[in-house]
Amino acid sequence: MNMFIRIIAYILLAPIVGGLLEGIDRKISARMQRRVGPPILQPFYDVIKLFKKQVISVTTGQSFLLITYLILMIVTGIMFYGGTDILMCFFVMSTAATFLYFASVVSSSPYATIGSHRELIQMMSYEPAVLLACVGFYLATGTFNVSEIAQSQISNIAYLPGFFVAFVFILTIKMRKSPFDTSTSHHMHQELVKGITTEMGAQNLAIFQITEWYENVFLMGVIGLFIVNSNPISIAVAVAVVLVTYFLEILIDNTSARVKYELMLKMSWMVTLFSAGVNLLVLMLVQRGGA
Amino acid sequence: MANIKRSPWLLHYDGSSCNGCDIEVLACLTPVYDAERFGVMNTGDPMQADILLITGGINTQNQEVVKQLYDQMPRPKVVCAVGVCACTGGVFKDCYNILGGADTVIPVDIYVPGCAARPQAIIDGIVQAVELFQKRSEEHDALVKNKGKEAS
Ligand code: SF4
Repeated sequence: MNMFIRIIAYILLAPIVGGLLEGIDRKISARMQRRVGPPILQPFYDVIKLFKKQVISVTTGQSFLLITYLILMIVTGIMFYGGTDILMCFFVMSTAATFLYFASVVSSSPYATIGSHRELIQMMSYEPAVLLACVGFYLATGTFNVSEIAQSQISNIAYLPGFFVAFVFILTIKMRKSPFDTSTSHHMHQELVKGITTEMGAQNLAIFQITEWYENVFLMGVIGLFIVNSNPISIAVAVAVVLVTYFLEILIDNTSARVKYELMLKMSWMVTLFSAGVNLLVLMLVQRGGA
Repeated sequence: MANIKRSPWLLHYDGSSCNGCDIEVLACLTPVYDAERFGVMNTGDPMQADILLITGGINTQNQEVVKQLYDQMPRPKVVCAVGVCACTGGVFKDCYNILGGADTVIPVDIYVPGCAARPQAIIDGIVQAVELFQKRSEEHDALVKNKGKEAS
């Protein structure tokens, strides 16, 4: 019963929470640049407007691929908040990301194609840390099941600080924020036009936007999973940690210039190897010693 | 009726301007004027743009480009010519390669005069363009609705 409430809450609330987070993001970014900034509800105005514009599709397949991307991302979130296998959630998320790649590359526009190729490189950069995080959860709790992980005695971050650092690092790549916004550009006058979203207009762009909101809420949920334990108070702590993490992402976004993809790949793999990898070794040694 | 004027996305195209007006357009986005507080975004992608902001006159080489950009923008859309060059051809009017203002190739709705147009004037132009955008959008909605009725 509880599970159904959580799933329905995710389906209904995730776009609202995701949109609000983006609105706050834009407001804080503006304040960091000493501007007034748009209203917090701006992302919703944008999406409503996009739905009302004339639809010009470069290829008919694009809408279908984007809707599949949206549905798979919702399924990822449902599985996560429903409390099933965390490994499975990340597999479905990767499949969703592949559909985004196809939706962009079918347009055969040069900008969209370069953007989607870079998106693939971004996937290569963050995948190892994501998979290691799953392994970390398994070693710490002995299960891949999300609801059981959330019921552990003490917060998992106590066992998995290195995994947490690696996950927060790749979150910047996953959320396509500067310095790792190589596949798309949120700011004007960049060489890629809009990268992966160049050929998406009107409805299609709105669907992309809503999917991003679902995705962000899912990723923030994973951050929260590092914190929650059997004590209900930990949920409040998890929300606080999620908000701090999000603020950190905004800060990084506003204080760094984008890097080349080689550097992105090297940096993310290094961080993954050193923080998550070392954490993994220590965890295995300690457990061997305990047994 | 949804209020879509809160989210105007701009496409800025530089015709054959001297760059004076372009600098002023960019000045609108700086902290002093901050056009983003009206929801304005400078997209650079015609597929996602609502308002075409054009600076500089039309010459023989860019007339096709301007036409194509205009055609690529989804309806409803508004065109705003910034600076006398974009309005009439300005100081370059009699050059051998200049055809005239932006309205020689596409229909222009809002003319912002000035050489260079001041940021205040540009923002005023954008605000007027946004009002027009809202009106066009309502007309567009009515059109879509009528079409739906005819079909059923
Ligand atoms: S109107 Fe004046 S400042 Fe603007 S592009 Fe023309 S010559 Fe330059």
